[in-house]
Amino acid sequence: MDYHSVSTFAQSYGLLYLFGLFIAVLAYALWPRNKEKFDKAAHIPLEED
Amino acid sequence: MNLLWLAFTIVGVLLGVILSAKAVDPTMMLHGMVFSIAAVLSAFALIARNYRNISTPSLADANGSVNYNTEIIKAGIIASTFWGVVGFSVGLVIALQLAFPVLNFDLPWTNFGRLRPLHTSAVIFAFGGNILIMTSFHVVQRTCRARLAGDIAPWFVFWGYQLFIVLAATGYVLGVTQSKEYAEPEWYVDIWLTLVWVVYLLVFLATIWKRQEKHIYVANWFYLAFIVTIAMLHIVNNLSVPVSLTGVKSYSLFAGVQSALTQWWYGHNAVGFFLTAGFLGIMYYFIPKRVNRPVYSYRLSIIHFWSLIFLYIWAGPHHLHYTALPDWAQTLGMTFSIMLWMPSWGGMINGLMTLSGAWDKLRTDPVVRFLVTSVAFYGMSTFEGPLMSIKAVNALSHYTDWTIGHVHSGALGWVAYISFGALYFLTPVVWKRKSLYSDALVNLHFWISTVGILLYITAMWVSGILQGLMWRAYDAFGFLEYSFSETVEAMHPFYVIRAGGGALFLIGALIMVYNLWRTVRGDVRAKEAGSLVPNMEFAGAR
Repeated sequence: MDYHSVSTFAQSYGLLYLFGLFIAVLAYALWPRNKEKFDKAAHIPLEED
Repeated sequence: MNLLWLAFTIVGVLLGVILSAKAVDPTMMLHGMVFSIAAVLSAFALIARNYRNISTPSLADANGSVNYNTEIIKAGIIASTFWGVVGFSVGLVIALQLAFPVLNFDLPWTNFGRLRPLHTSAVIFAFGGNILIMTSFHVVQRTCRARLAGDIAPWFVFWGYQLFIVLAATGYVLGVTQSKEYAEPEWYVDIWLTLVWVVYLLVFLATIWKRQEKHIYVANWFYLAFIVTIAMLHIVNNLSVPVSLTGVKSYSLFAGVQSALTQWWYGHNAVGFFLTAGFLGIMYYFIPKRVNRPVYSYRLSIIHFWSLIFLYIWAGPHHLHYTALPDWAQTLGMTFSIMLWMPSWGGMINGLMTLSGAWDKLRTDPVVRFLVTSVAFYGMSTFEGPLMSIKAVNALSHYTDWTIGHVHSGALGWVAYISFGALYFLTPVVWKRKSLYSDALVNLHFWISTVGILLYITAMWVSGILQGLMWRAYDAFGFLEYSFSETVEAMHPFYVIRAGGGALFLIGALIMVYNLWRTVRGDVRAKEAGSLVPNMEFAGAR
């Protein structure tokens, strides 16, 4: 595992990994079916007894 | 269960006595004794508790609502306020020492080199840490609608953490340090903190496990990221081999550039996960709570969370620009730092926009003023940080006072202000008071400390840029134009202004202590009796 192979790995798979994660997070957060769940969740602090 | 804890205290007493008796240096002798005494006191408290016949508290109260653990929150408010004042005072002392070196008194114990880590640890770990533990215990209970897990375990976390602070602080003054910035405590104190931290994680997770609310509210995600990541950073950066098992000295497992990178991977993520993620947990609970509106966009908070934690962890190398660290790693650190602009500002917008439709509260409620200003400072310092991580800017700013100014705009403006907001909110809630003692004093605190912060950061900007330019100035023959002592001399007026700003900030904090103390006593300032912002939870309960 020399310097060159580590940096090649970081520059290719590292990029794909982080970008893939970001897409997954975006999809989860913006998925229309989740909207109601998140709107409800936003009210959790205000509804305590 | 009680007996198991009692057994732990006996082990603690014995361990402390052995460490003390076999100590190879005076500090270990002292710390062994401190540890023993702490264990004896805990044993005494456990036995006294048994005789007072305190049974395990029920999960629900008489009305069927959750019986929240508020005693631990009260203790946390007292501890964090106390350590805040201590930390700010030591900060003022070292600021004055820089302006007037005679204040070092030529004594080893009061020398700047020993007091500086005392200040940073007192404000970050003692003040900030107690605020985070206390608010996380409050938020996780409330948003999960479940009593805090464990009966004695939360108290172990609380008192164990205070013991960590005392061991670390006395060690610094006596000259014990492993010379890693923000990770100065030696190996045995690190092991103790690891133990406390694991119990903290378990208490937090067990409370989430018992929750009655299906969804885990976003503030808890931030707290959890903070607890888990700090555990990881703390363990890896403190891997070391003690010279003797009964001595304070140890050697790090890392050397050279590996040591530097591990240190700044730790150091920057201490900023990212201790001073940012944890305090964002505070933002996502206390701002909606105080303005009585849900967070502006819950979806944005999810994107904020995941992008923040996945980007922050890579930003550390920007502390090592133009060093032996490989160039690509420096560029990587810089790139991730710049990308952090997006989640940081997304989070800031989310916090600020929570007020949309309730902006009048900024005028009528001084506690909201603290919370909102803190988010504004969060935006400002997270803009400045990535800017300073750009190599060309860093060439000028690194090692200068600009860095100190940047850190304090985040620490005083963001971390301390959101903490003050949380303290002002929580004190009437957990002591069940109708309102604070005085809103006018909150306002006074706000303006005094805001002027203090502005003096501080503007003085450090001017001083830092001046310093950086003087260091890189060449004369016509290619020689450095200024000697180092000339640059130090040029700093003097700014150091005096900075100390003035620090003094104002401390005065503000003392006003807060007085206000909170009167609130706890149940007093209301006669002049303001009719106009105080009410504690919503008090009104709601009745």
